Amino acid sequence: MEKNKVIQVEGLTKNFGDFTAVNAITFDVKKGEIFGFLGANGAGKTTAMKMLIGISNPSSGKANVAGFDVQTEAEEIKKNIGYMSQKFALYDDLTVKENITFFGGIYGLSRKKIKEKSTLLIEELGLEKVANSLVGSLPLGWKQKISFSVSLIHDPKIVFLDEPTGGVDPITRRQFWELIYKAAHQGTTVFVTTHYMDEAEYCDRVSIMVNGKIEALDTPKKLKEQFNAEDMNDVFLKLARG
Amino acid sequence: MSIKIANISKFYKKVKALENISFEVKPGELFGLIGPDGAGKTTLFRILTTLLIPNEGIASVVGFDVVKDYKSIRNSVGYMPGRFSLYQDLTVEENLDFFATIFGTTVEENYDLIKDIYVQIEPFKNRRAGKLSGGMKQKLALCCALIHKPKVLFLDEPTTGVDPVSRKEFWEMLKRLQQKDITILVSTPYMDEAALCDRIALIQDGKILEIDTPKAIVKHYPKPIYNVSANNMYLLINCLNEFESNHSVYPFGEFVHYTDSRSDFNPTELETYLESKNLLNIKIEKTVATIEDTFMELAK
Repeated sequence: MEKNKVIQVEGLTKNFGDFTAVNAITFDVKKGEIFGFLGANGAGKTTAMKMLIGISNPSSGKANVAGFDVQTEAEEIKKNIGYMSQKFALYDDLTVKENITFFGGIYGLSRKKIKEKSTLLIEELGLEKVANSLVGSLPLGWKQKISFSVSLIHDPKIVFLDEPTGGVDPITRRQFWELIYKAAHQGTTVFVTTHYMDEAEYCDRVSIMVNGKIEALDTPKKLKEQFNAEDMNDVFLKLARG
Repeated sequence: MSIKIANISKFYKKVKALENISFEVKPGELFGLIGPDGAGKTTLFRILTTLLIPNEGIASVVGFDVVKDYKSIRNSVGYMPGRFSLYQDLTVEENLDFFATIFGTTVEENYDLIKDIYVQIEPFKNRRAGKLSGGMKQKLALCCALIHKPKVLFLDEPTTGVDPVSRKEFWEMLKRLQQKDITILVSTPYMDEAALCDRIALIQDGKILEIDTPKAIVKHYPKPIYNVSANNMYLLINCLNEFESNHSVYPFGEFVHYTDSRSDFNPTELETYLESKNLLNIKIEKTVATIEDTFMELAK
């Protein structure tokens, strides 16, 4: 693996019977990059991401994530990445602290390390007052910020965000993106799937999947130029509608 | 008026879900309720569709009171809740028949109203609703909400979780329904959809921040607003946040939207400051406020 490439994908394919969900996709993601992975419902985003995070075996092709092969070293990948989605994030019935402890434990951090991380995280997000409140009682935006920080608790090389900020108010959403910029600045690679195009505008580079293939990949700025489009939404419509 | 809401409040124990909400929706209007999760949008929909009784205030839909005349309202409105609420084990066709029968009508009688939408899912009419894709489920739900030819259509976050192509098609369908004299109240957390409504109410934490046409709302933005960009987004945001006279600093894709607290702000001064912080390729250009800028300014 080249040193500055933390994700390398070559001809990655997934078939379900006769149906090719992911059709020979090839791309790289650099260290510290914010990479947007876009596509319409059913375009193959989720299937592709499942292969990258080591929970689905490719039918053919190769992928290397955080230095490990998705076919043969899936368990190592899981230890070296973070994952957050809107659907699965934190346990509502545990407090903020308990969630941090739980996920720290899952990733095999020592008690001492968990305590350190917990204090740091609570301080950084200004959660002192709610550290012992149940997560279920907190506003959605807070949950998402905590969830993102928890996904970084084991200092992963890459964090995968699956539609992270749907439905959040615009101010909280920006605070969330500031956390993402910060993580990227510190060298963590951020891989985001979303079908909200305004979110795509925040990424360094963006790929767009249509029917299992990557049909475009570049910076948002260059994609807008290439498709003579006003914004990413326009780029997407032009690509997906043909 | 199709919908009249006067001083409506709803409390759940300590939580104020809605606080003194008042507005009206004109016949044939496409009215948008724009706000994030938890703003109170669904609570308001449930009050207007008679599924929830307000603690305070009065509201009427097509002239019927939401508390006293609830049965009349149920016959006159269509409601598409945020969560997919059709019968997953019934086919497309069965769902549609079911809802038509419940309202004492037939699919044939009002077919004209749903034809445009239904033809798109007709090839799958024998498929169970639970097996449809997101975009198709949404079209079926809309057909079922329309099958009794309602005077007012309530759509609670119809485009949440839907990709841009389906979203665009959905809004085009709404515009066509509007031509057929149906009043539409639609909610969305997506600010970019606000521009597609005749009038919008911006709502957050149970309170209305502003009501007007999308164009007027943007015009009310109180300050000159600048697009700022540089070679490093993270450092740029930090520097702007540290710049003493900043009024607001919000990332917007490849730019940061910046406003200054002084009326005699000079962009050159900001440029010099950013240069002193070793940022490169600095660009500062005046831009126009979006609905999202306005929302954030009001919610601040």
